[in-house]
Amino acid sequence: MIAELGHFALALALVLALAQALLPLIGAHVRDARMMASAAPLALGQCLALIASFFCLMYSYAINDTTVLNVVQNSHSLKPMLYKITGTWGNHEGSLLLWVNILGLCGAAVSGFGRELPTALRARVLGVLGLISVGFLLFTIKTSNPFDRMWPPPPDGQGLNPILQDIGLAMHPPLLYLGYVGYAVTFAFAIAALIEGRVDAAWGRWVRPWSLAAWSFLTLGIALGSWWAYYELGWGGYWFWDPVENASLLPWLIGTALLHSAIVVEKRDALKTWTILLAIIAFAMSLLGTFLVRSGVLNSVHSFANDPERGLFILALLMVYVVGALLLFAFRASAMIPTGIFAPVSREGAIVLNNLLVCSITAVVFVGTLWPMFADALFGMKVSVGPPFFNSASFPLVVPLLIAMAAGPLMPWKRAQLANVVMRLWWCAVIAFAAFFAALLLSGQHVMPAVGFAFAAWVIGAAVADIADRTAAFRTNWRNAWNRARGLPRAAWGAAIAHAGIGITAAGIAGMGLAQERMVALAPGESTTLAGYEWRLEGVRDVQGPNWTARRATITLLRDGAEVRVMEPSRRFFPIARQNTTEVAIHTNLIADLYAVIGEEEAGTGKAVIRLHYNFLAPWIWIGAAIMALGGALSLADRRIRVSAPNRAAARMVPAE
Amino acid sequence: MMTRKKRRMWILLLCALGLGSATALTLTAFQDNLVFFRSPSDIMAERPGPDRAFRLGGLVEAGSVEREPAVSGQRPTVRFRVTDGAHAIAVTYQGVLPDLFREGQGVVTMGRLGVDGTFRASEVLARHDETYMPPEVADALKRSGHWNPAEGAAPPPATWNTMDPARPAAAGRTGS
Repeated sequence: MIAELGHFALALALVLALAQALLPLIGAHVRDARMMASAAPLALGQCLALIASFFCLMYSYAINDTTVLNVVQNSHSLKPMLYKITGTWGNHEGSLLLWVNILGLCGAAVSGFGRELPTALRARVLGVLGLISVGFLLFTIKTSNPFDRMWPPPPDGQGLNPILQDIGLAMHPPLLYLGYVGYAVTFAFAIAALIEGRVDAAWGRWVRPWSLAAWSFLTLGIALGSWWAYYELGWGGYWFWDPVENASLLPWLIGTALLHSAIVVEKRDALKTWTILLAIIAFAMSLLGTFLVRSGVLNSVHSFANDPERGLFILALLMVYVVGALLLFAFRASAMIPTGIFAPVSREGAIVLNNLLVCSITAVVFVGTLWPMFADALFGMKVSVGPPFFNSASFPLVVPLLIAMAAGPLMPWKRAQLANVVMRLWWCAVIAFAAFFAALLLSGQHVMPAVGFAFAAWVIGAAVADIADRTAAFRTNWRNAWNRARGLPRAAWGAAIAHAGIGITAAGIAGMGLAQERMVALAPGESTTLAGYEWRLEGVRDVQGPNWTARRATITLLRDGAEVRVMEPSRRFFPIARQNTTEVAIHTNLIADLYAVIGEEEAGTGKAVIRLHYNFLAPWIWIGAAIMALGGALSLADRRIRVSAPNRAAARMVPAE
Repeated sequence: MMTRKKRRMWILLLCALGLGSATALTLTAFQDNLVFFRSPSDIMAERPGPDRAFRLGGLVEAGSVEREPAVSGQRPTVRFRVTDGAHAIAVTYQGVLPDLFREGQGVVTMGRLGVDGTFRASEVLARHDETYMPPEVADALKRSGHWNPAEGAAPPPATWNTMDPARPAAAGRTGS
């Protein structure tokens, strides 16, 4: 009964989405106020229907309803309640339902927050969102209905893939989807602007918070995925240039470019067509990411058994939306007349350079990710493109980007003097060189990590210089500077903090270049040394969990003979899935991670294979990403953005997440 | 202040420069870093040199996995054979095998072929799902005659994974 209700709610959402797609768009075209006004309630209704549908599926999971096929395939009664609930979106059908749910929430948010938007623009934006919804709801109902029944019901489900039974992975898809789907909103704004043939500063002011929010969520989502891979897969790495990882990086890169160019639209009324194109490409990349993950066309660690019919459907959706948008762009882009004029050396110029470099990196990652697929389809060539390609091809583009991102915020709009920028940044360059030589000396001649540290110092230093410059910290007394700091717009703080976050992540990546690894077979009582620590294997014992059994090792960590910490890595066996997972033990002091994994045990001798890592500055990679997202959130809280936002009463109408 | 035309020229020039350098970087990096996939039969037909890394894939031959006795304080070594039903290649790997590594299942390894004909794997790729068959491996099995497309649809990957290479599908070995 509950499953049928969910199915019905999904169908209802489709009908409402269809109405939301047609009525407001037609209404805006014929200037019919009533038809345009239908957009907001329809979006709200669609959102409610989707939420109802989602909770129906969640309920089926929570009570382990074995008459629902999706539950049977992905759940089991012995699974802890938390993973029963998160298992709702731990599979193809459920994650699609989550995707359309977030799209519905975005639609409701636009209709709630967008009361001050011009009526026609709001109707068109909601109409385009409705169109996207129609496609994905059709896809869900047609090929991936999560509410299919199964009769007769089996006694119990088949269980969730054990490596997905983890809190990190429970949060990863929702955050990532908030990012992906957030770009659907900027896309809808871009299409609405193309239909109207008008882009102005007000449009930029609306697109900016959405691209900021999407970017912040995507940053968190990617970081969480990377952190999860780091501690769950137990390989000791954080980024593998895996096609599916790249698929999430592509919209992030384009989103970063969009974020910056939208500022120029808002502040200077320039780069309009370019920003619209970026908004279209950002959503195209989000769809591409969904396609790559959901179709299984690419060989990746994320490739689950997949259905080619689904891949074709998403590919068709991608084609319809992106080709349609690009055609519209081709016909209408010339209607946008740029008014803001700027010199090449200026804040706008720096942002153009940022866009150019970021788009070039995107192109490199795009080609590297999709080339195996094209080579196979066109030439029947079975090739793969691995980390060495991405590292060597993107590094030369990242270097000028990091140099330029330090200078950009210090330049005034319209026209800047390079000499002024150099005067404000010279001490950052000094610190960067000092960091380079210090790292080279201390690390024992590792050049690349030292280069990384130099750039990290440069970027963080420049963020400090930016704030110091705006608060006149070096020119007046501290009280004056403090008052100025409090008066700074939050967007200025947000930008500096996000840039500093990039520097911190860069330092983490550079530090991981100095990571040490050791893999040894040890008998209980034996020990080995790594990174100045003595690691002693005390023993391995059996542990019983709710739906797994495990072999857990006890490793004592000693420094100069004194005990620092006991680490307990384990290897779990899930009898329902007949699968092993690795549970890493990590001891962090925020400067370095000590990381231990237990491998196979040898029958008879009692020896166990232990893999140990000393990951210098590893936590900084994710701390930096969190700081970037924090910067985004701070920017989002800026008064100038809130001024055009709705009053409080309107905000309360939006259904809470 | 510059005119619109002049500014547009600047931007176009910069774009061309950016795209050009991205293309150049991509092409040079491609040259050095493209990794080809080879099945055991491919290697038998044309032996790649020891200086070029490639990916070897197939099924882990049933009964071929041997773990060398562990020596305290040293990296563990594993030997196994990768087969596509027609030919098999011996592989050595120093390290811990991924959780989903199993005899009779599809596997993709990366490394170089030694002069003695043994493949030295630097990486054994993990999969997230046991019903998943790497597409290249499926293709290699097809080419070696394990599945003849003329005889109907492909069997589900789950049965391929547990297929015992010692008893290949009838169409397989007669041809080779």
